Amino acid sequence: MNTFQLDGEEIPFEPGQTVIQAALAAGHYIPHLCYHPEFVPHGSCRLCTVRADGRPTAACTLPAQPGLKVESETEELNDLRRTLVQMLFAEGNHFCPSCEKSGNCVLQALGYDLGVLTAGFRHFFLDRPVDASHPDILLDFNRCVLCKLCVRASEEVDGKGVFSLAGRGIQRRLIVSAESGRLADTDVAVTDKAVEVCPVGVILRKRVGFRVPIGRRRYDLRPIRAQALEDAPRRPEHRHE
Amino acid sequence: MLIERDPAASAEDVVARHGDDATRLLQMLRELQEGHGWLPPLVITELARRLGISRARVEGVAAFYSFLHLQPVGRYRVLFSDNITDRMQGSEALLEYLCSKLWVEKGKVSEDGLLSIDTTSCTGLCDQGPGLLVNGWAIPWISRERLDEIAELILKRRPVAEWPQHLFHIEDNIRRRDVLLDHDLAPGEAIRVSLARGRDTTGQRPTSARAWREAIPAASPGPVATLEEIKRSGLRGRGGAGFATGLKWEACRNAPGETHYVVCNADEGEPGTFKDRVLLSRYADLVFEGMTVCAYVLGGGRKRTHGFVYLRGEYRYLLEPLKACLMRRRRAGLLGRAICGEDGFDFDIDIHVGAGAYVCGEESALLESLEGKRGIPRNRPPYPVTHGYLGQPTVVNNVETFCAAALIAARGADWYRTRGTPKSTGTKLLSVSGDCERPGIYEYPFGVTVRQVLKDCGARDTQAVQVSGPSGTLIDASEFDRRIAFEDLPTAGAFMVFDANRDIFEVVRNFVHFFAHESCGFCTPCRVGTAMMRNVVDKIHAGRGAQLDLEEICKLQKVMSLAAHCGLGHTACNPMQDMLKRFKPAIQRRLKSLAFEPAFDLDAALARARAFTGRDDAGAHLPTQSETA
Repeated sequence: MNTFQLDGEEIPFEPGQTVIQAALAAGHYIPHLCYHPEFVPHGSCRLCTVRADGRPTAACTLPAQPGLKVESETEELNDLRRTLVQMLFAEGNHFCPSCEKSGNCVLQALGYDLGVLTAGFRHFFLDRPVDASHPDILLDFNRCVLCKLCVRASEEVDGKGVFSLAGRGIQRRLIVSAESGRLADTDVAVTDKAVEVCPVGVILRKRVGFRVPIGRRRYDLRPIRAQALEDAPRRPEHRHE
Repeated sequence: MLIERDPAASAEDVVARHGDDATRLLQMLRELQEGHGWLPPLVITELARRLGISRARVEGVAAFYSFLHLQPVGRYRVLFSDNITDRMQGSEALLEYLCSKLWVEKGKVSEDGLLSIDTTSCTGLCDQGPGLLVNGWAIPWISRERLDEIAELILKRRPVAEWPQHLFHIEDNIRRRDVLLDHDLAPGEAIRVSLARGRDTTGQRPTSARAWREAIPAASPGPVATLEEIKRSGLRGRGGAGFATGLKWEACRNAPGETHYVVCNADEGEPGTFKDRVLLSRYADLVFEGMTVCAYVLGGGRKRTHGFVYLRGEYRYLLEPLKACLMRRRRAGLLGRAICGEDGFDFDIDIHVGAGAYVCGEESALLESLEGKRGIPRNRPPYPVTHGYLGQPTVVNNVETFCAAALIAARGADWYRTRGTPKSTGTKLLSVSGDCERPGIYEYPFGVTVRQVLKDCGARDTQAVQVSGPSGTLIDASEFDRRIAFEDLPTAGAFMVFDANRDIFEVVRNFVHFFAHESCGFCTPCRVGTAMMRNVVDKIHAGRGAQLDLEEICKLQKVMSLAAHCGLGHTACNPMQDMLKRFKPAIQRRLKSLAFEPAFDLDAALARARAFTGRDDAGAHLPTQSETA
């Protein structure tokens, strides 16, 4: 079995695995946001930036190679990650205390995990109207982090193409597949993978938001560092030999 | 120009003309927009339906490119080039002049839907600026007189196709020629020499003293002989990165694939660069010759090859002349089947036109765009040489690189190596603009000093030179003895001169705005970072900068250089970094002597409300005479 080094520890990997996949499978957490174990790595949020043989690169798209020396838990990289989380908070309109995703939100959980204590930057206050047209699903674009997970899920799993990203730079935004621009006029269903996969509070199922009270939610119970390892496909124990 | 037609029917025509091929989506959108002036929702829906892809994807592509519009922008869309050189030539005042003359507000469509006026990134007319685009057609030398003429034409609703031709006349301004611009190659010569070199089986006869000493067999049969020539010439990519052209071609040649693609990157978007415009206008044969030689090297007449030119939208006016050149070459047997009579050597070239996206100059973003998608740089590895266009082995080279390759194929590596330095062989075209008497195209052997270029172009009292555009290096007078070469000052060709009267802060602010406008928005550091950087420089520009803003700049620089997804994000901070290193007073004198100054001006925000109170006592906080003056 081939291995590479992550912060000094040997990580076994199978051909075709990227650094983050092998690391999570071996029980080592690298902070990430747009990466999801069920989808092809995207490499856009850059939270999983590591130094591989000294070179900064995203761990989710970096193919694991034998002998590679990867640094992740360093002050420099965690500083970078804190700044990136601050930048995402400043870009969107996030207000955790009133957000029904609070406690289930990956961005919020990363903020806690990395110890983000201040806003750090001036906020953009972009105007992003919500779309409540659909009877069962609410779209609150204010919280979008442009991870593209819903786009990927709708295309690859649901076979629909309900969502897409449009625009450029800070104007980049999530759009839906309808001439009216309204979610109600698409063929989205509340059971779609695209609805389930949103890591933040953009795509919300109506009328269930507070079924689980704040304080007893996913990342309230277990920090994201532990939860992500739970969620990742683990290496079967017998292969450890 | 305007086809007053049912949008759905026009979409049907265009899709059919492009053979229902979704990789042609951007071309379809461009053509539909040229017909309708914008892209009505029905057109998007119809395109998606006919191509069998989601509507959101089509809209996503359309909304990525600056020159495609999902809202009406008026019958006449006037875009002023907004490079710093255009500003130095008075573009901002000229824009205002046209706005007030035609009663429109910048960025908004006129009440009657007749026109809109806005800015766009550098249009590559810096040596004859300010430049502008009307419905995508370039007009140089903008002056009040020219704007009067343009305004008249717009008010008379004359179709742009009928406007007087003198408005659209663009000069070459070639000021200095060397081996490339002075070449005397006949069309087809480089191809014929390459084919002959390939047939030469006498084998071991070295072609130079060095080859003889090092026992290099010069004439290996087939395309390898020409590949060896390119490798031995030391030719490096002219687009800025400087990768060895021979190695790129070799890696691509060795990669397995059904079709090998040759792509010419003519998306000359780096502000201040316009040499490819001249090469495509006057040396198109040489460009296509180089691409054909490349196809011969990649395919050797046995593997399938195909070529593309990715032409930036701003150079739309070159499309018909380039197509005519391709037709001439087909008729002369230099493109198409059995080129120059060589059985099995089939190769042809298509031209794709971009739609206003600087990031598409990055080779993998260019390939995405060529496939009809949004121009987002890919994750690498794999690299284009093995997995490029449609996942096939692909060579992407700059316009000038193909020209140089054609020369080398015809005249040999030894001849080429006589120019330039050992590490930077040959010559380089510079696009000189800014504060100088003779802006234009200068071809120099590599190794020329900045000082020499400044002398030749008639620059006086020069304070700074931006070498290779905003993503390059901004140097000061102490560095004018540095040389244009990969080992010292590498460049994609831009050479913008600033004299002592220019405010370097404003130069840098222009570049910072450019990057914010052109970031593709894929990765967090660049998407948010370039916009934050823009906000900070605007805050400083507004006189509200303080020490803390410098700290924020440093923080953003670090994040972008460390974590951005592609070169755009990595280099977006270069102008700011160079200013802080070499022109620190330019920014420091703008700062207040405080640690912190809020961006929000409370007094300004409350001024109107306070005026309404009707009070005039000291407690009313009304602005004093001196403040309002």
